[in-house]
Amino acid sequence: MGADALTSPASPAATGWTPDQPIVSIRDVRKSFGAVEVLKGVSFDVRKGEVICVIGPSGSGKSTLIRCVNALVGIDSGSITVAGREVNDPKLDKLALRRTVGMVFQQYNLFPHRTALQNVMMAPVQVLKQDKREVEARARALLAKVRLSGKEDAYPGELSGGQQQRVAIARSLAMRPEVMLFDEVTAALDPETVKEVLVTIRELAEEGMTCILVTHEMGFARSLADHIYFTDRGVIVEHGPPAEFFAAPKDERTRAFLGQIL
Amino acid sequence: MDALAEWFRTLYETTGVNLTIVYDAYDRQRFVSGLGMTIYLSTASVLISIVIGAVGAWAQGSPLRLLRGLVNGFVVVFRNTPPLVQIFFFYFGLSPLLPYVEDMDGMRAPLFSNVQWAIISLSLFAGAFNVEIFRSGIEAVPRSTIEAVESLGYGRLGVYLHVVLPLALRVCLPALNNNLVNLLKTTTLAYAIAVPETLYVSKQIWTDSQNVPTMMIVLLLVYVGLVGVLVWIMHRWERRLAIPGYGQGAAR
Repeated sequence: MGADALTSPASPAATGWTPDQPIVSIRDVRKSFGAVEVLKGVSFDVRKGEVICVIGPSGSGKSTLIRCVNALVGIDSGSITVAGREVNDPKLDKLALRRTVGMVFQQYNLFPHRTALQNVMMAPVQVLKQDKREVEARARALLAKVRLSGKEDAYPGELSGGQQQRVAIARSLAMRPEVMLFDEVTAALDPETVKEVLVTIRELAEEGMTCILVTHEMGFARSLADHIYFTDRGVIVEHGPPAEFFAAPKDERTRAFLGQIL
Repeated sequence: MDALAEWFRTLYETTGVNLTIVYDAYDRQRFVSGLGMTIYLSTASVLISIVIGAVGAWAQGSPLRLLRGLVNGFVVVFRNTPPLVQIFFFYFGLSPLLPYVEDMDGMRAPLFSNVQWAIISLSLFAGAFNVEIFRSGIEAVPRSTIEAVESLGYGRLGVYLHVVLPLALRVCLPALNNNLVNLLKTTTLAYAIAVPETLYVSKQIWTDSQNVPTMMIVLLLVYVGLVGVLVWIMHRWERRLAIPGYGQGAAR
């Protein structure tokens, strides 16, 4: 999997980024939709290999925040850099950014007209113009990794929610991203299938993938995250390593939220 | 063959059903070439109008306001005017204004023949409807699906070609089907600029052979058959595009 290192979009030659710097750096980001300010100055850093969980009540801006990281949502002010690349730059090379950042969504968003294998293969072949046979071998390996061997030729409509979400994870990984964004990826799943998706994410994190998760799975956040950020009404209210954060939340709002959810 | 011709001649003498297109070699040849012209007009304008629909619907989503305005203007003009007026406009209005070319015999000839003008105007007429039909399909593709494609690094064209259009097509096929059926029937308007299609040759045949009632019935049956074939092709296409576990394909 390291054969692509020379052309990796995160290589220092491309952006001047070195692994000792944060791979994602968010500085004073503000974003409004109409009159509603959803992000009111959010800042944090993610280092390579770290797992970050963003939690908070719905409407607190956490999904918007991670959508800003791969430029699905533009920001009004502030700065987001990913591997040294400024996202809030009109001349941003979106393809290079989106090669670096993979994203998995709440509603899986697989392409219903393509089989599981084709879903995983499409972007590397069509966007990155990689060799089809090489991509196919990689796609099959990725599907095996997310425990979907034998489902290569199934269409998304023939798979369960948990299976679809794992295909979506494999599809993102096929682009060989440096950072993975997970936007409430288990929120649409039934309780039995939540676990199979969480296991996949855990394995990924343990292999050293940098992960930013927006999640409501507190147990999962506590056991996996290196750092927890709690957002409410567009600001980070409190953050810390999970042991501290869950054991002794300092802010009143954090306590109220955790009290409701746990 | 002769025995068959003889049978149809007897049929005429005993019942008055005068199928000269079967027993008369000259009428038969004219009728077959008219059918061929109808099939040619239909196939060409169906294909071109689908391309116009797909490209136009894409341009409607363009960030360029001018391009969007042009497409909307095109749709308004070609949807709000009768197709016969459009054919006359092109053939009698626009054609004389265009430069003339030399044909094979060195004669001055118009840039486009009447057949070509028929294809152009029929394609634009049906294309305007197809733009709106494709748009309805495109609007049915969830925004979140498009975000997923974008986050995989696809540009605007890639998103459209690889995901939005294939999904939109499946949604809008029944409406497209209807419009193409209409288009096939509208090819008869090419009669008005002397394109020798089925209706035009039939008129020649009934004038020469004095078999108006028979030819009227033949015409009706021919179009029932032609549209039947088109509908059959469209349904096969629809079945081929059905996605297992999704929409129509879910039942299979």
